[in-house]
Amino acid sequence: MSPRIQALLWITQRVTAMVLVPCVAIHLVTFIYAVQSGLSAAEILARTQGNPVWAAFYALFVTAVALHALIGLRGILSEWFRWRGWSLEVFAGLAAIALATYGWRAVWAVYT
Amino acid sequence: MQVSVWRGNDTGRFETFPVPRLPNQTVLDVVTHIQRYLDETLAYRFACRVGMCGSCAMSVNGVARWTCRTHVTQVLRDDRLEIAPLSNFPVVKDLVCDMRVFFDKWTQARGYFQPSVPSDDGFAMIPPDSPARRQVDAAIECIGCGVCYASCDVVSWIPDYLGPAAMNRAWTLVNDARDTGDRERLKAVAGDAGCHACHVQLSCSERCPKHLVPTAAISGLKRRTAVAALKGKL
Amino acid sequence: MGRLHVKNDWRSRRHPAYLAFLAHRVSGLLLAIFLPVHFWVLARALHGPQGLDDLLRWTEHPVVKLSEVGLVLLLALHFTGGLRLLMLEFLAWRDWQINLLVIAAGTSVAISLVFAFNLL
Repeated sequence: MSPRIQALLWITQRVTAMVLVPCVAIHLVTFIYAVQSGLSAAEILARTQGNPVWAAFYALFVTAVALHALIGLRGILSEWFRWRGWSLEVFAGLAAIALATYGWRAVWAVYT
Repeated sequence: MQVSVWRGNDTGRFETFPVPRLPNQTVLDVVTHIQRYLDETLAYRFACRVGMCGSCAMSVNGVARWTCRTHVTQVLRDDRLEIAPLSNFPVVKDLVCDMRVFFDKWTQARGYFQPSVPSDDGFAMIPPDSPARRQVDAAIECIGCGVCYASCDVVSWIPDYLGPAAMNRAWTLVNDARDTGDRERLKAVAGDAGCHACHVQLSCSERCPKHLVPTAAISGLKRRTAVAALKGKL
Repeated sequence: MGRLHVKNDWRSRRHPAYLAFLAHRVSGLLLAIFLPVHFWVLARALHGPQGLDDLLRWTEHPVVKLSEVGLVLLLALHFTGGLRLLMLEFLAWRDWQINLLVIAAGTSVAISLVFAFNLL
């Protein structure tokens, strides 16, 4: 991987971190507040069903977290598990897409 | 006191020597006593013995330090001491480690000055309190002792990782207004073997006997390489 | 004859910033493992609210409640630790930033306690 691509990965990791700061803060406040009266589907869906603002928020959240988590995991796999080479990069890329898709599916599930 | 000393090279064992306690004693004094009076075959390095050259760096109770600047009272536990060569370096013999890779990485990081074409413009005027020069001054005092390199996990995880000292030096040159080698230097320090693999463990900065902060220098390199990458100059 | 002393000797890694690194990396790893489970649970809503409620009934179980507190702690740790890292990497270097990790740890615990008490 060229220095340029590695630098861009680092930038992506930090930029997604900055996006995640408000996302996580909102999420923490929201579910601490939501859990107060017990956790139920009705309670969650009342907030998210048919609400494009929450859908957009969570879709963005999922995208940022998929990128952030996989760039981080890639580092752990490379440094602690000694996985090097293109197979690692391909795995990380595919895993990011898979995680994001799985997350968007969840967003869709609570929106519709 | 009982002093365990590493004998051998990368394989070997700890050998224990009884060493008399003295009121004012450094760990270097202890090693010297062993070599002079107990076992003349013990190999170790030192030079100035007054905290200026960095040659006597060793691992004392698992922590990299200058042995000439470490008083026995600072590190003695239950009358025992453990002395080993610096981590992350191949061992030549006993307490002597092979520093070649450390300095090779300095070259790989382009930690050397690249002048411009000579001109008749006279001396380069660099105000000492300019922001760039302040960055250089904060990092320039490195004497290449290897303590930071020995303390860094990433060095042990990634064999090609340039290490804190090499990148700290590269940072001083990136901020040197007279130097012209930035384009290649930023390419050299970017990536998994470079600044982007630093995880801000801060062990280098914690251990540096000259109180330098290589982590800050490496963070600076991260920012510079990011800008260069976005501008298509990496 | 044996191999040389332990690589990555723990004795030189007991300083606060190193522990902050470990906490950040381990919390990130555990959260990354948790995420697919989280997405799976929420996607059960595709089977209608009953499908989600069936799973949410598990959250009444004390072990699950305890894990939830643990997860909040992990998230708060990773979040505050990450903020500290962003400051260390992007802002001009100052000593007090290294002490941010105390604030980070403290805030994490506080958030987790808020969550824990709400559960009781």
